[in-house]
This record gives sequence, C-alpha cells and structure tokens, in this order.
Amino acid sequence: MSRNQPLLDIHNITKLYSVGGWLSRNKIAAVADVSLSMLAEEPEILTLAGESGSGKTTLARMVLRLVEPTLGRILYKGRDITSIRTRKEQIEFMQDIQPIFQNPFEAFNPLKKLESYLFETAKNYDSRENGSIEDRIESALNLVGLSMREIRGRYPHELSGGQLQRVSVARALIASPSLLVADEPVSMIDASLRMSIVNLFKDLKDRHNVSIIYITHDLATAYYISDRIAIMQRGHIVEIGPVKKVLAEPFHPYTRLLRESILEPNSETAWDEEITLSTIETKEFARQGCKFANRCDSRLPICEETEPPLSFVDGREVKCWLYGVQGKHDTAS
Amino acid sequence: MSVLRIQNLQAYYQSTLYGVTRNVKAVDGVSLDLRANEIYGIAGESSCGKTSLIKVVFGAIKPPLTIIGGRVLYQINDRDFDITQTNDETLRQMRWKQVSYILQGSMSLLNPVRRVRKTFWDFTKAHEPVIEPEKFEATTREHLNRLGLPAEVLDSYPHQLSGGMKQRVAIALATIFQPKVILADEPTTALDVVVQRGVLQLLRRIQQETKNTLVIVTHDMGIHANIADRVGIMYAGRIVEEGTVKHIFSEPRHPYTKHLIQSLPKIGDKSKRQSIPGAPPNLADPPAGCRFHPRCPYAKPICSVQTPELSPIQDERRVACFLLTKENAHVS
Amino acid sequence: MRGFLRVVADLYRSDPRCRFAFTAISIVIMFALMSFVSPQDPGSSYYAPPNQPPSVAHPFGTNSRGQDMFWFLTFAVRNSLVFGVITAILSRIIAISIGLIAGYKGGIIDRIMMVINDSFVVLPVLPLLILINFIIREQMSILQLAMVIAAFGWAWDARLIRSQVLSLKEREFTYTSVFSGTKTSSILISEHLPFVMPIVLSTTINNLLWAIGMEVTLAVLGLSNIGIPTIGTTIYWANQHQALISGVWWWIAAPVAISVLLFVALYLLVVGLGAYLDPRTRLQRMKGVLSDERA
Repeated sequence: MSRNQPLLDIHNITKLYSVGGWLSRNKIAAVADVSLSMLAEEPEILTLAGESGSGKTTLARMVLRLVEPTLGRILYKGRDITSIRTRKEQIEFMQDIQPIFQNPFEAFNPLKKLESYLFETAKNYDSRENGSIEDRIESALNLVGLSMREIRGRYPHELSGGQLQRVSVARALIASPSLLVADEPVSMIDASLRMSIVNLFKDLKDRHNVSIIYITHDLATAYYISDRIAIMQRGHIVEIGPVKKVLAEPFHPYTRLLRESILEPNSETAWDEEITLSTIETKEFARQGCKFANRCDSRLPICEETEPPLSFVDGREVKCWLYGVQGKHDTAS
Repeated sequence: MSVLRIQNLQAYYQSTLYGVTRNVKAVDGVSLDLRANEIYGIAGESSCGKTSLIKVVFGAIKPPLTIIGGRVLYQINDRDFDITQTNDETLRQMRWKQVSYILQGSMSLLNPVRRVRKTFWDFTKAHEPVIEPEKFEATTREHLNRLGLPAEVLDSYPHQLSGGMKQRVAIALATIFQPKVILADEPTTALDVVVQRGVLQLLRRIQQETKNTLVIVTHDMGIHANIADRVGIMYAGRIVEEGTVKHIFSEPRHPYTKHLIQSLPKIGDKSKRQSIPGAPPNLADPPAGCRFHPRCPYAKPICSVQTPELSPIQDERRVACFLLTKENAHVS
Repeated sequence: MRGFLRVVADLYRSDPRCRFAFTAISIVIMFALMSFVSPQDPGSSYYAPPNQPPSVAHPFGTNSRGQDMFWFLTFAVRNSLVFGVITAILSRIIAISIGLIAGYKGGIIDRIMMVINDSFVVLPVLPLLILINFIIREQMSILQLAMVIAAFGWAWDARLIRSQVLSLKEREFTYTSVFSGTKTSSILISEHLPFVMPIVLSTTINNLLWAIGMEVTLAVLGLSNIGIPTIGTTIYWANQHQALISGVWWWIAAPVAISVLLFVALYLLVVGLGAYLDPRTRLQRMKGVLSDERA
C-alpha cells in the first residue's frame, strides 16, 4: 500500500433496518451517512461512544464485515471490503482486522478448551515473523501477560473474566492485525480487574503499533485510553475530535448532556439538577432535522426542519446548527 | 433508628449433582444495621454475593439458596420478625407493602399485552382487595405525579414506552404502597448513562418523599458516590468495609477498597491506573482467613489463618482488616 | 469407550429413570439377540401344537399356525428394532445436515431448504405411506421400508435443529471461530453440533419410536411385506386368524407387551439423557456448581 493511504476509510455509510409489521413498514437508519478515517502511519485508539441505539455497534460490525452496509463504501488500506468474495481474500482481510467482544465468557465455546482457538488461529493465518505455531501462540500470550502454561487444558469457566479477555486479545494478536475492533471490551470485567485490560489496549497501541476502534458507553475509560473520540447519536456522528477537547469541553448539546450524566466516583460532585428523558424511542429516529432537537435546551427553529452539517470548530467536527453556517451569529458569545 | 438488622448471616448455594454435593458460600457472615431514612449502598464485583444477600433480605430463599445461620430482623410498625423464620403468609403481606425489590429487568413486572393502568390495578387489587376504582385512580395518579412521571403512561402499552421510562414506571409500581424498605439490585445497569441518571433521580426522590430505607446494590462506584449516604464494600461473600460515602471515597481504609477507588478512571485525568493483581476467589472454595489476602500487597501471616472481624475503627466506620485492628488480632 | 461406559454407569446410579430404561432396553435387546440361537426358523410352522396358552414349554404360548410365540417374537422384535434404528439413522442424517446448513447459511439457501422442509411437515404422512406401500409393498425389504419412512420423518427435527443453530450463530463464540479462520464446516461440527446433540439424541429416540409405531400401523393394515416377521406383522396375522375372538389372546398380548416395555423404556431414556446432555447441566458438571450462583 502507498505511504499516505488511510488504514480505514469509511465513506458515507448508511445501514437501514426495517421495523414494524407487514402493514407499516418503516425504515430506520441505524447508521446514517457516517464518514470516518484512520491514518495508517500513526496508530491510534478511536472511541465510538454513545447510548444504546446510537449505531456504534452496527458501525463496528460493518467494519468487521458482519453486517453489510446499505449505502456507502468502506475502504481498508484502499480496498473496498464489500468486494471480498473468496475465502482467501476473507482470510487476508481477517488477518488485518480482528474483533474483541464484550463478554469474555461468551467469546469462547464453554464446551471447548481455550487453546483450540489459539491453535486454530495460528494454523489459519500465515506468520509475519518466522516461528513455529507454538512460538507464535506463546509470544502472543506473553504480550497480554499470560503464558501457555496457564492456559493449556483449561476450559473457559476455569478462568476469570479478566484472564479470558486477555486470552481473547491474545487470540486476535496471533493473526498480527493492524486494527482491533473492540466492542465494550471491559464492561463485563470486574472493576478490580478492568484497568488491567484497558492498560493492555493502551500498551498494544503505544508499543506494538496496533490501531484500535474502542466502542463504549463509558466516557471515563474512553478519556483514559483514546486519542480521538466520536460521539454517536441516533446513527449520526454528532461530534468527533481529540478526546481531550471533546470531553473536556464538549460543544454539541448531546455531548454535553452525556458528559454531565456521568456519575463521577467522587462524592463531592453529586449532581442536583434534573434532566428530561425521551419517552418514546422510535420517534427520535423518524424525526426530520436534528435527531436531538426535541431534547435539546438550545435548539433553534432550523433544528426542527433541516439536518445540520458537520462543521469544523476548534479542532473538532460538530454536527449542530449552533456551530454551523447558519447558526454562527446566534452564538457569538 | 434501625429498621433492618442482619446478624452474622450465612447463606450458601447447596447443590447435589450426580451424587456430588457442593457449597458455594455466597454470603458468609454478613452483619449490617440499616436505619430509617437513609440510602445504603452495597458495592461489590460480580459473584461477590451481593445479589444473594438481597435475595435473602427480601425473603426469596429458594433452593439451592439455603440459610446456614444468622438472622435478618425487620422492625416495621413496631413489629419485629426474622425473615429467615417467617411463614409464606407473613411474607406475602409484607412484600411490596413494607419491602419492595427492584431488579435490573424490572420492566418485566409490566404485562406487555395490557395497558399500564391495568397492571397497576391488578397489582393494587392483589394487595388491597377492597379498593374502589375512583380511589385507585386518584392514588395512582398522585403517586405518579409525586414521582414526576406523566399520568399518560397509564394509558400506554409497555412497548410504547422507552426503556428508561419502562424502568421508571416499574419502579413506581413497586413503590406504590410506600414501603418502608426498598431493595434495588443493579436498578440501572442495562440503561444508558442519561437514562440511568433519570432512574436514580427517581429513586432518590422516592426515598426523600417517604423517608424510608433504600438499599442500592451495584458494582458501579459512581452510583454510590452520587446517591448513597453510607456504603458497605463487599468482597467474596463478606463486608470488608463500611462507612459514610464521603469517608469511603475520600479516605478508604481497607486495602481492597483503596485499590478499587484508586483504579477508577476520571475524565480530565490521564495518569496511569493499576488494577488489583489476581482475581476474586471462587466461592465454592474460598481461601482461609481474610479472603482478600492472596491479592493483598500488605498481607501478613495472620491474614491467611484468621478471619478479621468487621470492627468499628472510628465513628460510622467499620473495617475487616488486621492491619487496622491489630489489638483484636492479638486478643483472639 | 471407557468414557461412554462411565456415563452409562453414572446415569444408572443417579437417575432411576435411566436405571429402568437401561434394564428394560437390555432385556428387549437380549430377547432380540436370542433369535440367533432360536431352534426354530420363523418361516416354519406347525412344529408345535397350535393355540396353546403360555406354559413352561412355550412361555408365550403358541399361535394358530403352530409356531412358538417366544421364538417367533425374537425374530419379530429384532426386525422391528433393526428397522427402527435404520430409519432413525437415515432421517437423522437428513435432519442434521439440513438443520445445520439452513440455520447457519441463512438467506436464500435457508429459504429454499425451508420450503422443502415445510412441504414435508405439512404432507399427510399416513395416507401417503398407505398409497406408496399399497403400490410396492410386495417387493419391500426392511431397508427399503426404512428408507421410505425416513424420507418422511426428518422435517420437524430439521426445523428444531435449525432454530437452535440460528441462535448459536449469533453467539460471540461463533464469531471468535470465524475470525480464527475456522472453516464453516468445522464451525458447524465442532462448535454447534455439541449444543444440538441433546435435541439430536432425543429426536433420534422419538423417531425410533415413531418409526416402529408406523411400521405397526402399516402392517396391521396389511400394507407392509407381511412375509417378514415384525411386531406389526405378528399383530396382523393374529387379527387375520381372529385370535381375540377365538380366545388366543397371547398372540396379540405378547407383541403388545414387548412394544409397551420398549416404548416406555425408550421414552424414559430420552428424558434422562436429555437432562444429562443439556449443555447447561454439562457445564454445571464441569464446574461442579449450579449456574444461578453467579451472585
């Protein structure tokens, strides 16, 4: 691949799902017109954050080719991943992009020994360095702080959630991928072990040049490990930029709401003011204009009618009329 | 004034499978004293026994969960009773009217094919057979109003409500008789942050309106920090530390609590966090002595032999650790 | 093999249902095996005095054709069992492959397979079998009858297996396997089949019961090769000789008693094995604890 080609380049992808019975067929955009790119030269951790139904998981599954986009293109190292047909192409693709799943207890068949997955992976992917299958497994396990001695002959239920998640990261690393897609990888891990997994991801990026798409609803860990963050709401990316900027000083009213709703583990900052919740969910998907308008405190007349564009403001992109062309003069302060 | 006293409670899961009997010591020697008009948080990781503890407190003691020892004493309306000893009839009278239980998936309390009003009506009727429709309508609306929920939800079907609204309506239903004790087990775990905040606001509002006791069980330290008055930290079937929320978060004393609180990431702070080495023990075969000793960096020889008692060290603060209660260690 | 024996020993010890089932099935199988040492050929007749009630010499009595019912039934039970087992195996092969492939592949393959499947589900099996057998019963061997019955006995079970696979393929461990580069065929066999095994096993035994029952139905109506001794043809010949009217009740009672014993035993085996093979209880045995202990 050429030097300046992006690692991952997502062009205006949309995923539509049909809802309702035979009489009232409605289409809902789980992911609506999303574009994203990740650079190849410099590994990064990109967080996709948002509530359930925001489309973050669907977006990740499209990147993994588990879900086919309705519209748009996903280029991986310049190559359209929807054009993959043969098993050989699929293996090449999977050698580069590997998933980490949410529930480590579900990620392995409970009736099978863990090592079988490691051997299977090592057998199916060519080594980029030399070494026997056993060596490759051992070195991947070492990277996550385990060794074959601890795994051999073990079934999933014999390990803790934290250890299992390490095994699943090790399995992914055997393929020596350039990109990991991790969907809520620590939400099922006990608090006392969680940070060790989070630190592992950070380490993989810093020292082993693996880029990571980290999907989460937990903004505190997102702040801790990621470089960039994309906030999703109802299928759209509403704000994307460096995590320090976006979370320290959120621009989009939705990001602000998310930021304020975090329960800080600190008894000094307990919140007092009350918030409004949406009563009925499907209404938000179907509305015209900004999907957040009905819950937004600072909405303008235009928000109800026209969808705002993504505009560059202060080192980030925001999808909000307050920062768009037409809203600019309203928020001079 | 205490409303609920748990004394040295032991509850195990006993199972016999193809001839082998196992004991999983989910709750092993827990003593707690819950007062009127407080929010008590029980924090702990998965499989630490916190859900089993709440089940026993609610009187939901079904095999394989078995009471091995200890008592759970309620003092409600000047009546004392031990829930581990009561009969089904007393339990039935007490549940929902005096003690309510809110679960993660409480939404399932709502009948999916009936309007919400009908579910409220059936629920009320089951506990107050003589209620008249007009009075029911008035009290239900008043209750919803007091909780800040729109009365229109009564005319909706559950599937028309959002997940957060469903959970809040379910909570309203579970608290319609204004119980003296509300037990909430991970009430917001499956919910989004914004919705979570709404549900917690509701719980806090109920507690403030009725001045009752709210016990909130969750692994999420953020929730405890924001709504609890006192917090008990549970580890491997035992309470290891208890104190006011301020003390627990600002100066944790037990090594486990210390690590747990230090490992929590915060926005605006990218400094390196470490998690505790090792993993929580299997409760079918827990380590002897202090159950945290295999992971504790300060463990001493005594820790692996003797079990530290949960003993008071300052006002409102109890800790089960030999590092802090050396005198006790020598005496026993 | 040793593992298998240990499982049988485990079940025998711990589950009274299985204890009964193993004992009864062993008795029936022993009985069928005795056909190999039978002093009499099932084809020969009038070697014994006809219409004798059960006695020491003839434990199940003799029939109107002068055959010893005990030795005759050893052949009948053997043939019925062989027939049932062949049918069950053949229909399992179809049900498992269709269920696994349709469930996992989804899309157009699934839809085509399910159209065929559902056609077989809604077909009125008995009238069709009567029609087919009416035409070709004379030449039909046990194997051919088994093939015909098996062709009609897989559709429901394929649907059951498919529905399990539909949920299994959405489980995370399936994706782990996919991204480990595992081939689809090995995913189906090594990841999904163990979860489907309890259904396969219980439907196999159900299918066995159904096949033997079907054979009896067809035979009683005179629609199978009545020259081959089976439980069904035994009852057919008893009816032809008006055994009940002439008071030779043992001619019918003996095959009925054996089939009732066999049916009850097989049913209890389904129940007992189902509980044992269920992945949840299997996991509990592996962990030694019950799963709702995740407190």
